[in-house]
Amino acid sequence: MFDVRPVDTDYVRHRAAQFRTQVERRLDGSLTEDEFRPLRLMNGVYLQLHAYMLRVAIPYGTISPDQMRMLAHLAETYDKGYGHWTTRQNIQFNWPRLVDIPDMLDNLASVGMHAIQTSGNTIRNVTTDAFAGAAADEWMDPRPYAELLRSWSTDHAEFQFLPRKFKIAITGAQRDRALVAAHDIGLRLIQKDGRTGFEVWVGGGLGRTPMLGKVIRDFLPESDLLAYIEAIISTYNLSGRRDNKYKARIKITVHERGLDVFKAEVEEEFANRRRDFHGADREALAIFKDRFAAPAFRNAATEAYEAERARNGAFRSWTDTNLHAHKIDGYASVIVTFKTHGETPGDASADQMRLLADLAEQYGHADLRISHDQNVVLPHVHKSDLPAVYAALQKAGLATANAGLTSDIIACPGMDYCTLATARSIPIAQEIATHFKDVGLEDEIGKLNIRISGCINACGHHHLGHIGILGLDRAGVENYQITLGGDGYDIPAIGERAGAGFPYDQVVPAIDRLLRAYLEVRADASERFIDAYRRLGPAPFKAALYPEPAHA
Amino acid sequence: MSKAFVPTAAKPGVITANDLREGHNVWMCEDGWTADPARATLFEDEAIADLALLKAVGQSNIVVGPYLVEARRGPRGPEPTHFREAFRQRGPSNYFHGIQAAKQATAKQTEASNV
Ligand code: HEM
Ligand code: SF4
Repeated sequence: MFDVRPVDTDYVRHRAAQFRTQVERRLDGSLTEDEFRPLRLMNGVYLQLHAYMLRVAIPYGTISPDQMRMLAHLAETYDKGYGHWTTRQNIQFNWPRLVDIPDMLDNLASVGMHAIQTSGNTIRNVTTDAFAGAAADEWMDPRPYAELLRSWSTDHAEFQFLPRKFKIAITGAQRDRALVAAHDIGLRLIQKDGRTGFEVWVGGGLGRTPMLGKVIRDFLPESDLLAYIEAIISTYNLSGRRDNKYKARIKITVHERGLDVFKAEVEEEFANRRRDFHGADREALAIFKDRFAAPAFRNAATEAYEAERARNGAFRSWTDTNLHAHKIDGYASVIVTFKTHGETPGDASADQMRLLADLAEQYGHADLRISHDQNVVLPHVHKSDLPAVYAALQKAGLATANAGLTSDIIACPGMDYCTLATARSIPIAQEIATHFKDVGLEDEIGKLNIRISGCINACGHHHLGHIGILGLDRAGVENYQITLGGDGYDIPAIGERAGAGFPYDQVVPAIDRLLRAYLEVRADASERFIDAYRRLGPAPFKAALYPEPAHA
Repeated sequence: MSKAFVPTAAKPGVITANDLREGHNVWMCEDGWTADPARATLFEDEAIADLALLKAVGQSNIVVGPYLVEARRGPRGPEPTHFREAFRQRGPSNYFHGIQAAKQATAKQTEASNV
């Protein structure tokens, strides 16, 4: 059953107050760590390698300027002045003290934010396209549905103890920028015979057993969304494995039982559940559609923008790489990359967050998005404002023209922060980015997705990288396995392991050989690395990674 | 992360955990817990180490997740043998944060008070 709950700050405050007493009881000894751990995880509090970590939800990556300023305040007051954007459109603070976290949650609650269900075996943050509501190739904004899913899944009593974590992604665009095939449930908004609905994917996931999802329903009418999703998750809740945490994700349930068996169970459950939905969900959806109505776009001349492009080469190259086509004439979405060469992918300082909040208010219809590739998007900027936006970003070191290029690397925190890590990932990303800038090949190489994870959990999506890098511990030494041919966008694909791993200091030279080989073999400059790989197969790339020793 | 490590004279170990309130890394030392890994007690005997670990587990109002891990005897105290522990003793590689920063702050303070 579902009842309408608007952004419920009372509930969020209540949860924060509850957590405060839980922390007090932990500190005075009335709760053991074993008792406290699940409670802190329910509130997004992890213990990492050097400190606690707080993961704050940014539902479907949409955040207001006020909320962004609050994140800046938290970064400055309770952390070391920065936060880390994650691939699931959340933010992580790496250095909070446990004793401060209740205050942080109170602060967040004051702007309607929280850390609920950012951890644990629950339905996690629903993710979507960072250009939702803006992209030229989108036919419908997925966020009202994402919000419906968020409010329904928050504190959903039946789904607080699933066999494993559960991740839902949704897109309404032609090009899938939400990684629908790599989620427990993926939803593509489609239209059939004049009706709006979803293509429903199930059983995708990365981690130690990467799998692409399968289509369980070609067309689900939008009015049945919650009933059907509930049917899938309740079926999984009963039949998912609880004996082995490595086999507990829905991808394994679907794989072991077979899609047909699973689907039959889901459809049966759906028939039952459907009766319990009496339309409150549809009323809520109507409210959410209003809430996500498009802003009042303006009509203005773009000559100044064109003139600045003609005049200023740096501005031109930034607009070539860091803009995304908007559905409204005269507008563009701006990708602010947090990937300046040599910096930590996805780390944002408090000042940078405040600047983004200001720019969003001044030039961006007060809208901001966190993208799954650890960047920030200003979805609606009129082109005439781009020179001003660019100048402001440039001053803050945020105008690097590298969106989608070699240095726009996704990297998980790896062994610099994460307790589960088997090797570091951040410095590998920093060194690759710096290297290709230094040798001046980044523009030449063009579009390329490099993805790095510090262990098989694959938080850095290495399987989906055109080039994936996985950090491992081989007999007490960091070692990096390279995968080739993954794709998280046009033709979803899991990368193939290229061969033996490389020691830390051999990773950059290996990637250098690989990309120089690509430049040799590509048909022309418009053939991306991934296209050349698909056309030629792995052989020439493997040969570059593993050259024959000269003396052999 | 508890590792089934058994210390011996040839392969000694230390007990390490995180501070409950603050979260930073700490090591068991003669007078309780220290944030300076060089002051950690080096265990060479399984029985003594087990007893100390039990004691650590019993101090759950001070520390979180204590475990025994291999260390080697160094000129200024125990040193890590695995890179994970080396990172725990130093801090992250992307910023000068964590223990490396705390150490520098202490060194500066000492310098200042010696003037
Ligand atoms: C303390 C930090 C973290 C811990 C302990 C952690 C833990 C995990 C684990 C255990 C998995 C595998 C789940 C499974 O296969 O069942 C996983 C998956 C994942 N994590 Fe993290 N993670 C952390 C930080 C991050 C960060 C910083 C990001 C984003 C940059 C991230 C994004 C993801 C994503 C996208 C997956 C999905 C892969 C899948 O489909 O399973 N995580 N995480
Ligand atoms: S991939 Fe591994 S190392 Fe990286 S954040 Fe996830 S759990 Fe940690």
